[in-house]
Amino acid sequence: MAAAPNAYKPDNKALAWIEERLPIIGFMRSATTDYYAPKNFNVMYYFGSLALLVLVNQIVTGIFLTMNFNPSAAGAFASVQYIMRDVEWGWLIRYMHTTGASLFFVVVYLHMFRALMYGSYKKPRELLWILGMFVYLALMAEAFMGYVLPWGQMSFWGAKVIISLFGAVPVIGNKLVEWIMGDFLPADATLNRFFALHVIALPLVLLMLVVLHLWALHEVGSNNPDGVEIKENKDADGKPLDGIPFHPYYTVKDLFGVGVFLLIAAFIIFYQPTFFGFFLEHDNFVPANNLVTPAAIHPVWYFMPFYAMLRVIPSKGLGVITLFSAIALLFFMPWIDRGKVKSWRYRGVSYKIALGLFALAFIWLGKIGGGEGTWIGDTYIGRALTGVYFAFFIFLWAYTYFGWEKTKPVPLRVTTHD
Amino acid sequence: MTKPFFCSLVLALGLLTATAALAAEGDALDAAHTNIHDVAAMQRGARTFFNYCAGCHSLEYMRYSRIAQDLDLSEAQVMTNLDMTGDKFGDPVISAMPAADAAKWFGKAPPDLSLEVAAKGPDWVYTYLKSFYVDPTRPTGWNNTVFPNVSMPFPLWELQGVQTPVYAPARPGHDPRVEKLQLGQPGLQTPAQYDRTIRDLTTFLQYVSEPAALQRERIGVWVLLYLAVFTFLALLLKREYWKDVH
Repeated sequence: MAAAPNAYKPDNKALAWIEERLPIIGFMRSATTDYYAPKNFNVMYYFGSLALLVLVNQIVTGIFLTMNFNPSAAGAFASVQYIMRDVEWGWLIRYMHTTGASLFFVVVYLHMFRALMYGSYKKPRELLWILGMFVYLALMAEAFMGYVLPWGQMSFWGAKVIISLFGAVPVIGNKLVEWIMGDFLPADATLNRFFALHVIALPLVLLMLVVLHLWALHEVGSNNPDGVEIKENKDADGKPLDGIPFHPYYTVKDLFGVGVFLLIAAFIIFYQPTFFGFFLEHDNFVPANNLVTPAAIHPVWYFMPFYAMLRVIPSKGLGVITLFSAIALLFFMPWIDRGKVKSWRYRGVSYKIALGLFALAFIWLGKIGGGEGTWIGDTYIGRALTGVYFAFFIFLWAYTYFGWEKTKPVPLRVTTHD
Repeated sequence: MTKPFFCSLVLALGLLTATAALAAEGDALDAAHTNIHDVAAMQRGARTFFNYCAGCHSLEYMRYSRIAQDLDLSEAQVMTNLDMTGDKFGDPVISAMPAADAAKWFGKAPPDLSLEVAAKGPDWVYTYLKSFYVDPTRPTGWNNTVFPNVSMPFPLWELQGVQTPVYAPARPGHDPRVEKLQLGQPGLQTPAQYDRTIRDLTTFLQYVSEPAALQRERIGVWVLLYLAVFTFLALLLKREYWKDVH
């Protein structure tokens, strides 16, 4: 950790006056120029700062959407078209928000996968990982409620399916579903409360969790592709030998990452805003109608792997338990994986294979979750893939608990850098 | 070491895009080949829409004034040639047919078409408009291979002519399946002319489902060019700063 924030004494008198009362410049310095990050970050280390960028984008575009959106079952759908057609630059603001929502999940999934590759959830970063998992949970709730707001067919039926999951809770299930919706079907009351939760309650929770996540990160410092603790090798001044100040080195590097990311985002926003019906689904251009069920109901792509688990398991109760434990297990990664070696560069080959299979199962499940659901083969493949998903955690625990893993020697210092 | 990660990243994105492209492919629809930057085609499409469709179908999210602006038409042209209901220039396109009566007459009120192409895709609309055929078992006398048991009687029959079905031999226990349609009675237009008419109509409806697409695709190039320059400069800046990292 850098020097204590209050150690900084500005030369400028006005700044010094402020600093004595509110050590904000010292705090900024301790989080940027005096914060040391490993110098060997690779391409997988762009996604944290990109997630922050998307979060800011969602909040800013969201504020402008809120000004023109009508949160009622009678007016929501038309007000979205009003934004798309009559509000100056409304279409751009909305596409930035819808594309941002999907890209948020792209960067967050890659960010999480990075942690699995390099063991970033391991001691001393357990709490950092858990806070990140809470960010992911809050993000899922936020995205789900946001998707309900345009009040199209997929908004309505997606909401109905997802909320009805809570009906699997024993005894109080049906009452719970009614309580969440405020009606017997997703209706005006549901839309009103989801709007309130989407625009204020969950963003506050998300922001708070992100602050805690960054706070924990700055306390323990970043992991890196070699899984080497840079704090264990310091020079005479107490600076990590393999570390470089976050600012300016990683601010300029992340600026380049931002450029590449914005190129991709802009291409989607301007030339493929529905992203082939994945970011904005075709059925959601039809107003919600509780009398007409769409041919295929499924949530947006980022929920599809979990939705597939629900779909291929015949019992609703068991399906819901599977779905929730698939997410819950990730929280326990720091204790499931007992291996001391962090990075997969120096871990046993079985870990690499297992992680690869885990990622494959996740993506393939997503494909099944978004499919027509008519081919019986998908059900069996889906069950097998759900098995692979859960087997990853069991394997990882046994592999490291019984000491079956053959690791390579971990270097003392980082091996590469730009 | 960054190379394999980068490759797998590209591979994963490629796989996702390939899946997306596969999913976007419809089953056996004719490609509409629409181009919303062809203003003349959209003007012809608008004419067809207001002559043949607007009697029953509304475009509730589309204003006459916006059509004039985007299709290079004057207010007078729109008000005399397209607006047949006496609505104001700034009003949306609402059909004169009362919805309750329409539901009584057709069994179902004609849907608003503002977002039809966004919901179904241009290929679906285009193929649908050339797939009507005579079916005496239906109340209106018309059926459609893309939209079986459709409620709408075919409004463009005088242009396309009357198609009759050719049935494939039925498998035991199944209804006979329409194998193809043939032109029983020619219309005012040749098949090639008719294809162009409905292509233009689909183009117009595609524009109507997202008028911002015109602006979006025009501006997009400049945004991407700007970002490309920005990213290149950011790369140079990064290299400059990182020279002293050893």
